[in-house]
Amino acid sequence: MDPASLKYAPSHEWIHVDGDIATIGISEFAVHQLTDLVFIELPEVGRTLEPGDDFGVVESVKAVSDLYAPVAGEVTEVNSSLEDNLDPLTDDPFGAGWIIKLKVTDASGLDQLMDQAAYQAHCAAEEH
Amino acid sequence: MRNTQATALLFELASPGRRAARFPAADTPDVPLDQLIPAEFLAAEPPPLPEVTEPDVIRHYVNLSTLNMSVDTHFYPLGSCTMKYNPKRHERLAGLAGLGDLHPYTAEADAQGMLAMMWDMQQMLAEIAGLPAVSLQPAAGAQGELAALLVASAYFRDRGEKRTRVLFPASAHGTNPASAALAGFDCIQLKGTSDGLVDLDELKSHLDDRTAVFMITNPNTLGLFEPQIHTISEMLHEVGGLVYIDGANMNAILGVTRPGDFGGDMMHYNVHKTFTGPHGAGGPGAGPIAVRDFLADYLPAPMVEREETDSGPVYRLTTPTKTIGRVRSHFGNVGILLRGYFYLKTLGPDGLREVSEQAVLNANYLKSLLADVLPVPHGKHCMHEFVASAKSVQGKTGISAMDLAKRLLDYGFHAPTVYFPLVVPEAMMMEPTETESRATLDAFSEVIHKIVLEDPDFVHQAPHSTPVSRPDEVQAARNPILHWEPAST
Repeated sequence: MDPASLKYAPSHEWIHVDGDIATIGISEFAVHQLTDLVFIELPEVGRTLEPGDDFGVVESVKAVSDLYAPVAGEVTEVNSSLEDNLDPLTDDPFGAGWIIKLKVTDASGLDQLMDQAAYQAHCAAEEH
Repeated sequence: MRNTQATALLFELASPGRRAARFPAADTPDVPLDQLIPAEFLAAEPPPLPEVTEPDVIRHYVNLSTLNMSVDTHFYPLGSCTMKYNPKRHERLAGLAGLGDLHPYTAEADAQGMLAMMWDMQQMLAEIAGLPAVSLQPAAGAQGELAALLVASAYFRDRGEKRTRVLFPASAHGTNPASAALAGFDCIQLKGTSDGLVDLDELKSHLDDRTAVFMITNPNTLGLFEPQIHTISEMLHEVGGLVYIDGANMNAILGVTRPGDFGGDMMHYNVHKTFTGPHGAGGPGAGPIAVRDFLADYLPAPMVEREETDSGPVYRLTTPTKTIGRVRSHFGNVGILLRGYFYLKTLGPDGLREVSEQAVLNANYLKSLLADVLPVPHGKHCMHEFVASAKSVQGKTGISAMDLAKRLLDYGFHAPTVYFPLVVPEAMMMEPTETESRATLDAFSEVIHKIVLEDPDFVHQAPHSTPVSRPDEVQAARNPILHWEPAST
């Protein structure tokens, strides 16, 4: 996934929409901030999410963070291989480290998300 | 001198046939074991216990104990934990045979001394809280939170009100939402302002007739006193909600202000933190709760009541009329309550106020000593603790908060709390407490200033003087090895 083509939430999820299917992960910045990842909790396929609903948890040696849905939809697929091996999330958060796929039921949440430039500014502000 | 071999396990020290004691031959007839215990309850083989001599055992544990860092051996500025020195006098008093050996089923008439002290403790805690009714029952602060929320729940139920939501700021201790969820409430987390306080507009937008309780720690986790607490309390009371004060940071305000005076309706104490007692290792703790008069009838049972009679006061255990029930067997963790009682009696009201003044002074002194290398992003002055950031040190040298924490161990200081709270990047949360001298704080500051000038690569690999340097935290979390197993199996 090209990071420049993605949309970003303030809580560091990225989203890529193709037709009515959205792929969601967390940004490289988020992974870097969390440091060494230890566990991930994923939702069940079929769960419906509203924007802002937490759909999982990622835990590092430093912190536990909820994962939030940027748009409304139904979970169609989860990257369950991450439960056994978090390396793809650490090494390739925009690609092999994707977390869930949603069938989007309401795309209106997309308008409130940031493009890459705005997200980078958001991260820079958060670092200070 | 430290024995660096001390970490060998007893199993590894074992050798077949070694004994710490040999029993004399029995002078009663032998009875085969299977005649005493039914065969299905007997193991096929004896358990693989280590065979060691008494000196093996003693050296093993004494050497292990020398590897400990504790408040009795080192300065321990672990923020949020209030690692103050525990006066040994109170340990000794709490262990006196007449107190420590008192059986929980002793008749009230024969336990009047103990009941008198517990009644007195209720009175003192009520006075410090500014809240009239106290239950000493809860076994720890978090259980106090749960008990108080169950009290709130019973109160609303009694009034026929359906209030389902507990609100708390993002800086709350993790136990707050955990207690609320366990008590059956929905948890609503509120965003704070950029200076680390409650955002009144955000709070207002969440207040309605579903609001049950707002839980707040004051001073908060950043070591800041919430100056709007009175307004916050009024806002809650306007919509019929209650204000819960998490008393974890009471060490900063003893005798200066009181939760009841700034609008709190209920609170808990952490006796071990605020009034001293052993820390860590899962307790035992004590988490008494104090509440306003209209909540008193719901408190956990039993409480101590005093009745004036012609022959003097008589103390007895009572059950509040609408009690939520028991939350702990017998009378709670009396041994810990006694330590707190003796601490309060030793210091008295003026001494207690001085504790807080000194704790706040020490924290601000250390904060100013470190300001050039570890600035504090939130607030000009702090209360009993502060959260500094190693962000600029890391930017300049690559030395992170974790590196600093690890390297401090080599200099004989326990590390501060790091990477908490999350709102501060490269957080180092320091709480020197009132029991440290200026000389100790100066020495600690000198060491921090020294470490930031050291070779970063050397600091990345610290500690260099401990038997284990940096454990593999990822493996420890993902594949914990929780017990020893023989190599052969």
